[in-house]
Amino acid sequence: MYTFSKNLKTFAIVLMVLGLVGIAYGFFSAPKDIAEVKQILTEQAHHDGGEHHVTAADHSVADSADHDHHAEHVYGQLKNKPWTALYVGCIFVMLVSVGILVFYAINNAASAGWSPVLFRVMEGLSAYVLPGSIIFFVILVVSVMGGNHLFIWADPAVVEADHLIAGKSGYLNVPFFLIRAVIYLAGWNFYRMYARKQSLALDASGDLTYYKKIFKASAAFLVFFIVTESMASWDWIMSIDTHWYSTLFGWYVFASFFVTAITVIAFVTLYLKNKGYLEYVNTSHIHDLAKFMFGLSIFWTYLWFSQFMLQWYSNIPEEVTYFIFRIQEYNLPFFGMLVLNFLLPLLLLINTDFKRLTWIVVMAGTCIIAGHYIDFFMMIAPGTVGGSWFIGVPEIASLMFFIGLFIYVGFSAIAKAPLLAKNNPLIEESKHFHY
Amino acid sequence: MSNKVIHALYNDDDVLLHAVKETRDAHHHIEEVYTPFPVHGLDKAMGLKPTRLAICAFIYGLIGLSFGTFMMYYIMIVDWPQDIGGKPSFSFIQNMPSFVPIMFEMTVLFAAHLMVLTFFMRSKLWPFKKAENPDVRTTDDHFLMEVALNTDEESAIEFFKNTGAVEVKVIEKQL
Repeated sequence: MYTFSKNLKTFAIVLMVLGLVGIAYGFFSAPKDIAEVKQILTEQAHHDGGEHHVTAADHSVADSADHDHHAEHVYGQLKNKPWTALYVGCIFVMLVSVGILVFYAINNAASAGWSPVLFRVMEGLSAYVLPGSIIFFVILVVSVMGGNHLFIWADPAVVEADHLIAGKSGYLNVPFFLIRAVIYLAGWNFYRMYARKQSLALDASGDLTYYKKIFKASAAFLVFFIVTESMASWDWIMSIDTHWYSTLFGWYVFASFFVTAITVIAFVTLYLKNKGYLEYVNTSHIHDLAKFMFGLSIFWTYLWFSQFMLQWYSNIPEEVTYFIFRIQEYNLPFFGMLVLNFLLPLLLLINTDFKRLTWIVVMAGTCIIAGHYIDFFMMIAPGTVGGSWFIGVPEIASLMFFIGLFIYVGFSAIAKAPLLAKNNPLIEESKHFHY
Repeated sequence: MSNKVIHALYNDDDVLLHAVKETRDAHHHIEEVYTPFPVHGLDKAMGLKPTRLAICAFIYGLIGLSFGTFMMYYIMIVDWPQDIGGKPSFSFIQNMPSFVPIMFEMTVLFAAHLMVLTFFMRSKLWPFKKAENPDVRTTDDHFLMEVALNTDEESAIEFFKNTGAVEVKVIEKQL
């Protein structure tokens, strides 16, 4: 039985408090009106004065109306900035916990013989799906009800002026959007609660009918999940860039949070093993997790490249602006995340012996988590804050808050049940797993 | 010096694994073990060194990647940089995404084929090679351990009988 250590609890609470302060600071420091934005723009122009003079000369005909228009545009972006920071942190951590749940379901449906010693870790960490999705849903409701401008299609004035968005309003309208979100989130939460309940009942009674129930529920959940995940990625991420579309987007988003989820499982396993709570976990289990991290990092890269290269190659204006904008305005994070998500995991985790070393797995895992946060930021921020982006206090604070909450909820749930699912029919095999 | 060897035959892989451990504990030198299929853990029991084939494959992959990169660079950018369908061929990086499939396949091709060739060369396998099979049954359902004879015959035969061998022979090996 695990007890939530005092140090870790304090650490999680400190993360949450600092995160909340940072988020509040982000909202507080956002400009209140256009006059303030104009002042910021003038200051910026003084900072890089030379460049500004050239552009000023180019736009010799530019009148004050143009300047007003520009200031209004930047005002919209800066108003969105704290919301984007909150949204990215929230969706990232929530989807990671959903990814942990999916990994749990896959291992159950596949009757995996190596992983049952890790089931309680996965069950515990996926407890975050419930609070995470509630917070996320609240943010969604606020966003589409006019609290911010993350989803431009939710603004009737925009839809009226834009016949492309108007043509999509059969799918992208506020009531249908919210109903869909409820269905996805409720379905995922239902599976998590059901599986956890059966798992504890199996532990208490040793009756294998509970095991069969988990098996069937996992198989059904995976079918439900892959459909809803694909649609959720259109709804929550792709609809931010309302004019753009990509057919493999659902897979791409899935690969991104799934590899992060497995990394998080590996981290928590290593932490608990280090504290002496996971008696039966050996280096072979870590090796298997590291193989998943390695393989899925490459899978993510494959999807990233397929999406990028197909649109870059065909160069159709309506598609390619998505990437042109990212390359021009987000050059370093756009290509830098390839180093973090592909190159470093590839080189660090290709060696069999390295996959068994804690510090190598932690190093590669840190790259993966940081890289995929940037990936989510890259999917969302260009459509909401455009060129006014920066990964500063609000962004990091939001991530800190949700990670703190994740640790708090996850470890509290881990502490509620024994760390070894003792009546699982595959547990003996898993205890003696050796690769 | 005598070049006699002992051939101990077994009909079960678990018995074989035990016998290998006992033989090593008794400091007999195992020349070779013939099995009809891979026996899990045999290499560990025999104390064989791990293979370095994977390291070879990694290096071959890097060679393939360099080859693919250089080939595309020379052909498409240096030698005849044409405008083909508006693709920018002013520098390598500008047209790089369209070369990636070739670079990737070259990496895999070199890594796979050169590794296989390395395997064939290191394990001395080629067409028309004379099979080195001491007993035809080892391709079907028997396991054979070949051990150098360095004590007297009688006690060695006794020792291998005790390890569960179904048959123990002393063979004069032709060099």
